[in-house]
Amino acid sequence: MNKKLWIGSDNKIVPVICMITFIVIIWYGFSIVLNAPWEFDKAKRSSIILSTTELVSQTWSQKRPKLPAPHQITKEIWDTTVNKKVTSKRSLIYHGLITFYETIYGFAFGTGLGILLSIGIVYNKATAMSVMPWIITSQTIPILAIAPMIVVALGSAGFSGLMPIVIISMYLSFFPVVVGMVKGLKSPEQLEVDLMKTWSASKAQVLFKLRVPKSTPYLFTSLKLGMAASVVGAIVGELPSGGGGGLGFRMLSGSTFGNTLHIWSGLFSAAILAGSLISIIIIIERVVLKRMALET
Amino acid sequence: MQSEVIKVSNLDLTFEASDGPVHALKNVNLQVNKGDFVSFIGPSGCGKTTLLRVLADLDEPTNGQVTVNGVSPRKARESRAYGYVFQAAGLYPWRNIAANIKLPLEIMGYSKEEQVKRIKKVLDLVELTGFEKKFPWQLSGGMQQRASIARALAFDADILLMDEPFGALDEIVRDHLNKQLLELWKSTKKTICFVTHSIPEAVYLSTKIVVMSPRPGRIIDVIESTLPSDRPLEIRDSKEFIEISQRVREGLRAGHSDE
Repeated sequence: MNKKLWIGSDNKIVPVICMITFIVIIWYGFSIVLNAPWEFDKAKRSSIILSTTELVSQTWSQKRPKLPAPHQITKEIWDTTVNKKVTSKRSLIYHGLITFYETIYGFAFGTGLGILLSIGIVYNKATAMSVMPWIITSQTIPILAIAPMIVVALGSAGFSGLMPIVIISMYLSFFPVVVGMVKGLKSPEQLEVDLMKTWSASKAQVLFKLRVPKSTPYLFTSLKLGMAASVVGAIVGELPSGGGGGLGFRMLSGSTFGNTLHIWSGLFSAAILAGSLISIIIIIERVVLKRMALET
Repeated sequence: MQSEVIKVSNLDLTFEASDGPVHALKNVNLQVNKGDFVSFIGPSGCGKTTLLRVLADLDEPTNGQVTVNGVSPRKARESRAYGYVFQAAGLYPWRNIAANIKLPLEIMGYSKEEQVKRIKKVLDLVELTGFEKKFPWQLSGGMQQRASIARALAFDADILLMDEPFGALDEIVRDHLNKQLLELWKSTKKTICFVTHSIPEAVYLSTKIVVMSPRPGRIIDVIESTLPSDRPLEIRDSKEFIEISQRVREGLRAGHSDE
């Protein structure tokens, strides 16, 4: 097995573990600091004086902590995945799958739209001049502001459920694809374009035999960014939609009812989802670029 | 019996630069006959590459007439009248050697059997048989350049335009490829236009040497070579070879003196 196919090469593992250990220690520290006032209040009411060990163990095991400790989040994730039916609304897998589908559809449409726009921009000056400013403007609008409008507008047009969320996810993910692919499709050198011209190749032939293969490394970079944006889009899209479920919905309801464990377990699940999807792209990227001898 | 393949008359080409016009080519007149091996030699900036690019319809002249096979360079390009070899091999890293040679054949719509036949033929011509399945990065620079020549030979173009094809290679490889190129030229009877900045290379290869000079780019001298068509590498030590080389050198010097 080729070592390079794996995400981390050996020399990266040690610093990563150090970093994680460091974060976990700080985290436990903050758990004590942030959750202690509640314990002091409780102790005061029952006129008990807390020992340090008691204080620490209690701040790390509250039911509704201000900042849950890492092991509490791990336990919560375990309980809501392994110990719940997938069909249950209390299952993180149930919510994760909803977000997963929204992300995948948003990513697929966003990538398709991005590639089409980039071809239009590279091949047609009028498209470049007319569309590019709008594409850039579209990304300056805060997604949090526009997401509810999309949900409401589409809802009144009779589209509800998955579709508005997919569109928000697409809205975020097409942009890195356009920008990356415009650069990628323009990446052939003058010599390569001239060669094609000496053979009187048609525009389509130049596109498919030169520009598209040459843009592959740029495509993968765009896909990774687009995938991350799709996950964010799906989660942000779930917030104003309400009711439908998904990790964003789970975090929002956790926030509404003051259940920090729900917020943090939803957050971690979203991170794991995004990380896994991007890792899949990275693995495909390594294999494809190696086969094409385009590794950089 | 000499039929005219390329005719250039009163050709001017001016680029607009920020500090005024640059005369890349001025009043260039030239005739190339079928089966000629013409070298263009001169210092950088003399317009030799630009002239080749005009013949290939990669650059457009400002003034003057150019015909290739009796038609405009564009029509000649569209009828796939020539193969072009650049200084860099320009092979696609994701295609093996056979697939790289196949590329122009695919674009021109040759049938599968024809593609296979032609790839075999041209690989044989450039002595790369057995390297079909190798990828460009597995080949030396000289072999890559031979593959790019094979690619230009794969379709039926009568004219071969070569822009310093061996410029980036070391002298030993270059000698070898020069010899191969001469044999290839004799066996295929193509018309070759060859840009170089090496005097021995120009004299050794050519039936006609075009000496050019810069600012403005123009032709200083056209030398019809008196060397026999059979040219072993040792011919470079002959009196005749040295005389022609001297005439080229004088032309280059004359071009520089009136700056």
